[in-house]
Amino acid sequence: MTEAPLLRTEALVKRFGDLTVLDGIDLAVQPGERIAILGSSGSGKSTLLRCLNFMELPTAGRVHFHGAPVGTAGSRGEVRYRERDLADLRRRIGMVFQQFNLFPHMTALENVMEGPRTVLGQPRAAAEAAARAELARVGLADRGDAYPARLSGGQQQRVAIARALAMQPEVLLFDEPTSSLDPELVGEVLRVIRALAEEGRTMLLVTHELGFAYHFATRVLFLHDGRILEDGPPERILKTPREERLQQFLARFTEFGF
Amino acid sequence: MEYQWDFSVVARHLPLLLEGLAQTLRLSLAAIAGGLAIGLVLALMRLSGRRWLAWPAIAVIEFFRATPPLVHLFWVFYALPILIGVNLSPFAAAMLALSVQSGAFFAEVYRAGIVSVERGQWEGARAIGMRPAQVMRRVVLPLALRRMVPPFVERAFELVKTTALAATLAYGELLYQAMVAVSRSYRPLEIYSAVAVIFFLVLFGASLVMRRIEDRLRRVER
Repeated sequence: MTEAPLLRTEALVKRFGDLTVLDGIDLAVQPGERIAILGSSGSGKSTLLRCLNFMELPTAGRVHFHGAPVGTAGSRGEVRYRERDLADLRRRIGMVFQQFNLFPHMTALENVMEGPRTVLGQPRAAAEAAARAELARVGLADRGDAYPARLSGGQQQRVAIARALAMQPEVLLFDEPTSSLDPELVGEVLRVIRALAEEGRTMLLVTHELGFAYHFATRVLFLHDGRILEDGPPERILKTPREERLQQFLARFTEFGF
Repeated sequence: MEYQWDFSVVARHLPLLLEGLAQTLRLSLAAIAGGLAIGLVLALMRLSGRRWLAWPAIAVIEFFRATPPLVHLFWVFYALPILIGVNLSPFAAAMLALSVQSGAFFAEVYRAGIVSVERGQWEGARAIGMRPAQVMRRVVLPLALRRMVPPFVERAFELVKTTALAATLAYGELLYQAMVAVSRSYRPLEIYSAVAVIFFLVLFGASLVMRRIEDRLRRVER
């Protein structure tokens, strides 16, 4: 891998008051990598994802995008971020949330068109045609006129994926995309994500779906107490875990297995 | 003592009273529009997270909420011209004073509405690369405004009633015209009763209309 990492974090730290959630994360994401991030709740996995597109501002450390550091360093080592610079960065980094976060006052189609229209300034006709194509890609070509409240959770999440895709992002961040779905709706969302994986997109996925992580990822991270405890190919991490913490974590998933 | 009611004086002075009503509505609409604009600016300043913007807004909001509207009217009409060297018409003075005064209240309605929008909505908007002004204009305000309609209507009604204070500046709104009618007819009981009825009919009618609009807004969001 000789290309510059698409995203790289350098000694990333995030504190909420006295609580250290990320404790020095060094991570490089190469183009085309699909990284599954595992960890118990409170391990910092969602926060790590949210620092990558600056939904949360890091307390210390840097994020580099295509080799260039985000934000400007001040005289005393502090990093300053301008919201409009971050906004310009976020249009190139798509994010899908656990709670979908669709705009309830817009139809599915309008949700998907919103970024291209408002942020990229595309003409209506072009944005609408592209949005219909994205909805078709997630299997919702016929639900464009529905408001989010009229869609099932799985459908809402697929619209949310289409909304992120409409911006043509260079990397996609999935923050527990199936955790708030009824079990029978999880599959339809995972199938869409798998189809995106087959296109060779760069993706990071925080998830509790171990089976999916195993088949989906090119690389698995295990976070514990704000640090990366294990980092490697899914086969190695999930089948022969070295760290005791990871062994315990994985054991919990098989405890009631049958 | 037996009072002889004579509502024919109301009929005789009805054109005058309706002219007053027209002026009341004119002043009300102008002050509501001004108040909504000023209120939005104050609310955005207060929520900006920047002290040099937030503190002046808080000062204005708290000052106008804690002082009587009649004082604002008198101050703008009698005192402000001394400072700026320009005499204001009663309409201009009343509109200015009531706009700022109601703007202070509207600001708090906006703020409550904006703060009530779930964090996920802000994040969904920011995640697709919207800048702060776009987040506000495209997502947060449209959602907030739907929830703000009831308290806005409440404040607007309050404002319509407050316009009666402009009679003290000899602005020809409903109460002022009623005072004129009383001075001509010596019939305060009938005339002022008519004023109360007119205010009631206008505001009660408006409240029925607004209730329908609120129902429809709620249906749109499903």
